[in-house]
Amino acid sequence: MTITQRSFVSIRVMALTITAIVVVGAVPVTGQESTYTAPRTPDGQPDLQGFWSNQTYTPLERPDGVTKEFYTAEEVAEIETGRTQGEVSQTTPGTIPDVHYDFTQFGLDRSQSGLTRSLRTSLIVDPPNGKLPPVTALAEQRAAEQRAARERMGGRWGAAEANELDDRCIIMIGAGPPMLNTGYNSNYQIVQAPGYVMILVEMVHDARIIPLDGRDHPSPKLRQWMGAPRGRWEGETLVVETSNFNGKNPFPNRSSVNAETGRIVPGSGDQMRVTERFTRVAEDQINYEFRVEDPETWARPWSAEMPMQKTNGPIFEHACHEGNYGLYNTLVGNRLEEAQAAAEVEAAGTDSR
Amino acid sequence: MRNRLIVVTVAAAAVLLVASLRPGLTTLTAQAPQYRAPQGPDGKPDLNGIWQVLNTAHWDVEPHAAGASVVRDLGALSAVPGGLGVVVGDEIPYTPNARATRRENYENRLRRDPAIKCYLPGVPRATYMPFPFQIIQSQEHIMIVHEFAGAVRTIYMENHTEAPAPSWMGWSNGHWEGDTLVVDTTGFNGMTWFDRAGNFHSDALHVVERFTARSPDTLTYEVTIEDPNVFVRSWNMSMPVYRRVEENAQLLEFRCVEFVEDLIYGHLRKQPVQ
Repeated sequence: MTITQRSFVSIRVMALTITAIVVVGAVPVTGQESTYTAPRTPDGQPDLQGFWSNQTYTPLERPDGVTKEFYTAEEVAEIETGRTQGEVSQTTPGTIPDVHYDFTQFGLDRSQSGLTRSLRTSLIVDPPNGKLPPVTALAEQRAAEQRAARERMGGRWGAAEANELDDRCIIMIGAGPPMLNTGYNSNYQIVQAPGYVMILVEMVHDARIIPLDGRDHPSPKLRQWMGAPRGRWEGETLVVETSNFNGKNPFPNRSSVNAETGRIVPGSGDQMRVTERFTRVAEDQINYEFRVEDPETWARPWSAEMPMQKTNGPIFEHACHEGNYGLYNTLVGNRLEEAQAAAEVEAAGTDSR
Repeated sequence: MRNRLIVVTVAAAAVLLVASLRPGLTTLTAQAPQYRAPQGPDGKPDLNGIWQVLNTAHWDVEPHAAGASVVRDLGALSAVPGGLGVVVGDEIPYTPNARATRRENYENRLRRDPAIKCYLPGVPRATYMPFPFQIIQSQEHIMIVHEFAGAVRTIYMENHTEAPAPSWMGWSNGHWEGDTLVVDTTGFNGMTWFDRAGNFHSDALHVVERFTARSPDTLTYEVTIEDPNVFVRSWNMSMPVYRRVEENAQLLEFRCVEFVEDLIYGHLRKQPVQ
């Protein structure tokens, strides 16, 4: 979370309903052609520098029952107001969830930082129905293998390695690429130097360093969680192509099965290629578009776009692993419960003798 | 006799003094002007690049002979190479209590060294670990991104503020002194070490680093360390840093969390690894 957010959380919460309504009317519909020209860095690049957020209430996939591409401003305001109020009021004061996740205190709800608004009904723009394409048989098999591996470790709480990648602080869902909002702390810092663009993802302090010198992608023998990005400028637009993924990028959702839909969400394959396009369309807005080609996972490529809104910095160190008491305590708690259950069984056995 | 001896001694001293001055003066006038880094498009010395040290400070910042590995099974592969040290004056001026703690740290380094658990390595240790780091230099912010654990530092060149809270990599404010980038870092949490030999500090650590180009492909890296809880006075380190000149040089991921999970959480497994 950014420093400023932390300080002004309570004020923002009080003001959020009003803000949601006032701001939406002024926001341009993304996808429109922009006449804005970004300022230049000293070496002549369009200047994307600063702190940005892609926090949003727009879902990746178009909700069932919605057939149009855009909402009206009034509809968006109504949806956001409902969601923000829901997040603020979702914990009961004095309960354990309230202490752990006090949404009004720790900035965990989306309404407490710069919110990107678009009238789109989904981030996905292609396929035109706003939904992810069908999953390949290979991806279903991969998801099944991951579930089986987890079961062999005794289920999610059986071992650290059976946990979700973000609970393990290895990589945050949405760190990308593509960079999808993460529910909270969806903040980024862009710094440009001659020949490079760096995008710092707040979560797990992941710095994406993008060379602009036209170099080749590394050998396919080299595979990484976030791949290897290569960038270039096309006019006002920074185009970043990333390959060399290790096939474990946790994307686009955290679980191998979506709890709500029961649908398999299969992560990524190691042949995934992601093309991102960053265009500064206003002083305070970057339009972020991406296209995912992953033939081992999706039946066809798909594309999405979302605004990145200028936000207040600075970004503080996100030392996730170093303070990961949650994972440790969860494992300890589960082993204790198992030991207790075993002791009770033994005690019951002794009584009956 | 005695007077003559004094005269001779004084004369000899004068000759020595002149002799020692002359070459000095000659060198000074004949010396090539000190190397100056090329200027970036913003007129500041251009320190952009991928850099790495070539020394053994990560084993022990003080002078040390080669030694056996702390992990028996790794044999010669993780035995300690000797080093002339990077501490100016060769010895860290610990208080007596702190020196005892350092000794305990050394004896228990296999369990106590925070970097073993892939924790963010702190400053200045991150700079001289055997991993490259990249300087991404802009006007308002200079980023230092380390390959080890993906550690990141933001150096604020404008709007200097106090650290908002303690952290592993500290809170860095920077400015230019001539052609030298000076970085003042405080706000440490006191949980990092200087090296694998148990050299340590507290949360009162104050680090001032000076990055100066000394040739197109080398920097001089100088560090001043202050920590009244641990040291009787401030002390310095100095070392060259080398540019990674490979045409395709880039930082790679060293996402070491997954390499240490079994070490940290392995005893909490529900069932043994199959």
